Amino acid sequence: MRFLLGLLFFVAASQAGAQLSIEITGPGVQRTPIAVVPFAGEGTVGTSLTAIVRADLERSGLFRGLEVPPLAPHPNENSPVNYGEWRSRLADALVVGSVAQNPDGRFEVRFRLYDIVKQAPLGAIAYLFTKDNARAAAHRIADFVYEKLTGEKGVFSTQIAYVVKRGNTYELQIADADGERAQYLLRSNEPIISPVWSPEGRRIAYVSFESKKPIVYVHHLSENKRQVVASFKGSNSAPAWSPDGKTIAVVLSVEGGSQIYLINADGSGPRRRISNSASIDTEPRYSTDGKWIYFTSDRGGSPQIYRMSAIGGEPQRITFKGSYNVSPRPSPDGRILAYVTRDGGKFQVALLDLSNQQVQVITDSDRDESPSFAPNGRMILLATVRGGRGVLSAVSSDGRIRQNLPYSGGDVREPAWGPFIE
Amino acid sequence: MRAIIIVTALLLAAGCQTTPEDQAAAGVEDRSKPGAGKPGAQVQPVERPKVAAVDPASALKDPASILSKRSIYYDYDKFDVRDEYRGLVEAHAKYLRENPKARMLIQGNTDERGSREYNVSLGQRRSDGVKRMLILLGAREDQIESVSLGEEKPQADGQNEGSWSKNRRSDILYSGEY
Repeated sequence: MRFLLGLLFFVAASQAGAQLSIEITGPGVQRTPIAVVPFAGEGTVGTSLTAIVRADLERSGLFRGLEVPPLAPHPNENSPVNYGEWRSRLADALVVGSVAQNPDGRFEVRFRLYDIVKQAPLGAIAYLFTKDNARAAAHRIADFVYEKLTGEKGVFSTQIAYVVKRGNTYELQIADADGERAQYLLRSNEPIISPVWSPEGRRIAYVSFESKKPIVYVHHLSENKRQVVASFKGSNSAPAWSPDGKTIAVVLSVEGGSQIYLINADGSGPRRRISNSASIDTEPRYSTDGKWIYFTSDRGGSPQIYRMSAIGGEPQRITFKGSYNVSPRPSPDGRILAYVTRDGGKFQVALLDLSNQQVQVITDSDRDESPSFAPNGRMILLATVRGGRGVLSAVSSDGRIRQNLPYSGGDVREPAWGPFIE
Repeated sequence: MRAIIIVTALLLAAGCQTTPEDQAAAGVEDRSKPGAGKPGAQVQPVERPKVAAVDPASALKDPASILSKRSIYYDYDKFDVRDEYRGLVEAHAKYLRENPKARMLIQGNTDERGSREYNVSLGQRRSDGVKRMLILLGAREDQIESVSLGEEKPQADGQNEGSWSKNRRSDILYSGEY
């Protein structure tokens, strides 16, 4: 038996209070039944790791957590597994484990995952964590289980950013992907829009109107400080990171109109203009391979999505169907483009398959904005309006699983899903 | 109402400096009362100023001065300044011409429909249009900054044309006001 040891470190920041909570409203997708047996000794942590693991897996829409009755003796990662018994409980997969406290006060969780159908162990791992990071440890366990069972990386350990508006107060917040452990980076009496995570996940660029005009800032998470990166005469907005994290594409009106420029991510050096039109060119987004910049332009008379070489050049039009297609977001694998399309008076998220030009509208709401791919490409986080309130919603990229993320603390908008953190 | 604005603009354009007292004497004060909008109610002459020196900036806040009018409203998906706001823009251009040290911020705004960032660009198109007009009327480029607040600062919160028409606007601010 060999366990991998991982250490989890997190930077603490002030707690923001209100949290997102998540409901699954998705219809019947075939869900793998999994038994996550409460870990022996996890009561000492004060947080139920297995409850979080189960909730994470269920939230993906791909798993159904089975109720596990009290078992005697209580199994742990070293117990022999009775495959027949778990099969009769209708489990396709099983997680068992234990938690122990080390002399230094940290906890060590060890667990093992089994494929009950194939009657085979799928792997084991151990994590060290402090009491404060119990949730993070649970998300790591869920990511391990998810990856072993689906073959894709899980996103339970990732974070999301979004903006909350409460009266005339705006907060840029970050939270775990399940909406817990929310904290704010910036609180302002003026609007904040367009947060975007840097590719390594340590910085967030955003637009703040605190100076009565839009200015682009970069917030450094570990140092909890920020810097102005674009504050030219006129408006500065729509930041987008290059995949190497060194360059930010922004939209400036310094030469009139709205045009796309590149600036260094640290704000140094001159701006380089890469779009050249008398029209609006905005909402730049790099493709994951860094070769292209997708953007919105009304050069053809209505707002449509185009792309150009990331160093500038002749744009090619990407969307043709409909008279209002905006907010392009290339998928992490580069195969799909998510964007917002207007059909009648409805604004909905559509996916364009870039290989065959097929378009699929994946939402049934009518005021969708700001789609953001999970780093594994499986889910898309977006802002919409329900009951007159701004809420976040997540939709699987095949459109079959939907989650609402209700929030009691105000209007939530401008979601941005952060990258994988190693 | 529109006639009042034009008359006031003409008087201002003629170089009359007015004080609030003068405006009251001219009877323009009660333009908000019923009947004030009738033709003929606005054609009384403004008296000659009793005070010789008046801070020109005071006109910016004088409710009787067209210079206190700071918002230009737009039709849906339109960016051109409607004729009814021409007098307003001309008055501000004249103010900038006559006060070379004055600085102005024009904030373009849109209604809430559609992408926030695309709306920043649409609002910019509105404020850029006002800026261009002011420069054509003799203001200096370096006196004016045109920016956009997109859909972020609505005047009205409703989701109907009545509210949206209040939110499609350009707002004029002078230094000290932003």
